[in-house]
Amino acid sequence: MGLESSFEDNVITTKLNELVNWARKGSLWPMPFGTACCAIEMMAALGPRFDMSRFGAEVIRFSPRQSDVMIVSGRIAIKMMPVLLKVWEQMPEPKWCLSMGACASCGGIFDTYTLVQGVDQFIPVDVYVPGCPPRPETLIDAILKLQERIDKEKLREKVHGR
Amino acid sequence: MAVESTRIKERFAGELLDAPADARQPHVSVKRGRIVELMRYLRDDPDMAYDCLTDVTAVDYLNRGLWERFAVVYNLYSFSRNERFRVKAFVPEDDPAIESVAALWPAASWAEREAFDMYGIRFTGHPDLRRILMPDDYPGHPLRKDYPLKGRGERARFPRYSPQED
Repeated sequence: MGLESSFEDNVITTKLNELVNWARKGSLWPMPFGTACCAIEMMAALGPRFDMSRFGAEVIRFSPRQSDVMIVSGRIAIKMMPVLLKVWEQMPEPKWCLSMGACASCGGIFDTYTLVQGVDQFIPVDVYVPGCPPRPETLIDAILKLQERIDKEKLREKVHGR
Repeated sequence: MAVESTRIKERFAGELLDAPADARQPHVSVKRGRIVELMRYLRDDPDMAYDCLTDVTAVDYLNRGLWERFAVVYNLYSFSRNERFRVKAFVPEDDPAIESVAALWPAASWAEREAFDMYGIRFTGHPDLRRILMPDDYPGHPLRKDYPLKGRGERARFPRYSPQED
């Protein structure tokens, strides 16, 4: 082998905070809450052409118990919002939320009787992804932004909630 | 005039409100009273044979000066004759109710639920008349023309999920 063979048993010193954050940001398991066209772009981002797995976020989990970043991609109607809240509450800490596209972030063009005007009224959103729908590159950029954010987190604050 | 309109004129004379002769899609406007009888005739008569109900929906003719405010629209199709026909049954605003045709075509069931949900038209005799799109406790009927686009504050008042409920 290469580099590994030139080192014997070794010790590195680091901060626990940085080690944990490094592990967390590099293994994001998304919960896809895809309800509309944004979900198609999310699928494209996960597919081989854009390949979100390059950034450690390809293990899509359809069980909220196993995921730690919720990607809200699409319109959220008032009938869907309780479902979203339930899924969000079922996700274990630490967890993050990515609001993808105009509809999830602010209602978009649907300023109507049935649509929630931004999921951030109900759950804490970490990164907003602009676009209608955003291109896969934009979603990947949002994942990188989220990773930067996770990198700055204090372990204790995250564990004990916001 | 389409043969359907002529026959309906003969058989359901008192019910007919309008049967335009020059419509590209043959249709009749009728009163709501004998709607099930009329639809059964259109389905079962061998000269009609409209065996497929493609849709039931409603229209809000608010301030249009027609016979009544609402119309329940039945779109029919005959497989054997490859013909389409449309029936509009007018329903008054103060008593928005009409007999259900779900017993004739099971396909009418969900379509009538949608018309009930969006326009508040009650389909009497429907086996399960609940809202189909909006939440069960939604207060209004949002496709009515006098309903504001942004709703009446329903966006701020809807049942939240609280973990204590489970």
